[in-house]
Amino acid sequence: MSVNILTVRGVERRFDATLALQATDLDVAENDFITILGPSGCGKSTLLRIVAGLDQPTAGEVQLDGRRISGPGADRGMVFQSYTLFPWLTVLDNVCFGLRERGLPRAQQLDIAHGFLAKVGLKGFANHYPKQLSGGMQQRTALARALANDPRMLLMDEPFGALDHQTRELMQELLLGIWEAERKTVLFVTHDIDEAVFMGSRVVVMSARPGRIKLDRVVPLAHPRHYSIKTTAAFTELKAALTEAVRTEVLAAQAQSA
Amino acid sequence: MKPLVPVAPGARIALGVSFFVLFVAVWSAATFSGFVNPLFLADPWAMVKSGYTLLAEMGFAGDVGMTVWRVLGGFVIAAVLALPLGVLMGAYKPIEAFFEPFVSFARYLPASAFIPLLILWAGIGEAQKLAVIFIGSFFQLVLMIAVTVGNTRRDLVEAAYTLGVSDRGLIRRVLIPGAAPEIAETLRMVLGWAWTYVIVAELIGASSGIGHMITDSQALLATDQIIFGIIVIGLIGLVSDLMFKAANRSFFPWAQLGR
Repeated sequence: MSVNILTVRGVERRFDATLALQATDLDVAENDFITILGPSGCGKSTLLRIVAGLDQPTAGEVQLDGRRISGPGADRGMVFQSYTLFPWLTVLDNVCFGLRERGLPRAQQLDIAHGFLAKVGLKGFANHYPKQLSGGMQQRTALARALANDPRMLLMDEPFGALDHQTRELMQELLLGIWEAERKTVLFVTHDIDEAVFMGSRVVVMSARPGRIKLDRVVPLAHPRHYSIKTTAAFTELKAALTEAVRTEVLAAQAQSA
Repeated sequence: MKPLVPVAPGARIALGVSFFVLFVAVWSAATFSGFVNPLFLADPWAMVKSGYTLLAEMGFAGDVGMTVWRVLGGFVIAAVLALPLGVLMGAYKPIEAFFEPFVSFARYLPASAFIPLLILWAGIGEAQKLAVIFIGSFFQLVLMIAVTVGNTRRDLVEAAYTLGVSDRGLIRRVLIPGAAPEIAETLRMVLGWAWTYVIVAELIGASSGIGHMITDSQALLATDQIIFGIIVIGLIGLVSDLMFKAANRSFFPWAQLGR
């Protein structure tokens, strides 16, 4: 077992009277790919946003490499569900954004940016503006932009949620391929069980509101993973168990709102 | 016709021009037929002739130049001061809370009502004319720029923070470039308003400018000259508007995409 780079200790988040996330603990080891599953409104995005530093916990704390997180920073790159490329910058300059902030010489910025654009398959689109790209291409650019910054962790909040099914599957393979090559530590929020099992080395299931971690399972599938793995017995077995766990929570969430 | 369905570029120009034609036609019909007394409304031909006389013999081009200079001078001063203040108000809510109530109040003060005071303070020279334009456009600009900057998409701000941007960097690299096209549109609109203030400023206590020529013509009951003056103002306004639009399009090509 490798060292934990991220520790979440007793993190809780209240919005006025509502408890969105109840005292949660989570340890993330170096090179882990953790997928977080749960019904909508269970606080999984809240947890991710607290790790990103975009939201503050009302109790508990998050530590990255032993240092307490108090705000957002370049050490935690994030890919959002909404399209967040800067519309006034070309694809290339979007990927350079964080590098330029660090004061890297332009030649070096371009070097790194072109490298990552090639990795996400957008070599010929460097000079396009975001509005000229499809949704999938925009998210690939957002991924390149986050990776170019060389963060300690990659946080992904349903990054493929707005894409159509086929594009989403291609994006999963692309991200998995990049992870297998770069071995970034990833925290990935999704409500798609297939996605959670296919991508994750660990799957965490959260309960209905107030959210807490209800199940934490290691995915017993070897890397590199080919998409055909989705039809193997090991995959379907885990998927069935997770489906059951998530379903209970979705029903509980519906009972709450009824 | 169906609601919101765009019109072809050629048809669009033809429709726009045809209203001008219709306008002149109605004007001609009313004046040439003798239906309207020339003392109240000159016919188009008399207007063109007196326009020629004004330009060729009475140095009207100099008046036009003066007026353009005043509008641009007052407007540029207002814009240069309004831009930083508006951006700061949009970005920092305490600064906005400090200035916004006063600016909202000042925005409704009619610039023309200040003319008697400004004549008292600054005389009837150029400073007074510039001050009228400044008062008329500064407060409007500040408020509209502050709102535009304050409306920056929050998810872009968050994305920038996760890429390691500092607060200053956020203003310089996200808030300003993101708001720039809309700020440019605001400038274009307020420049149009500045044109209405300059004429009012020139109607009182001026010895040159289009407004001054109009006041002089009123004393002579020269409606042909007054109408020529008004049309010149309209044409300059139209041309500057088109130039501004073209400039915005070439400065911010990304903002045109997907429209």
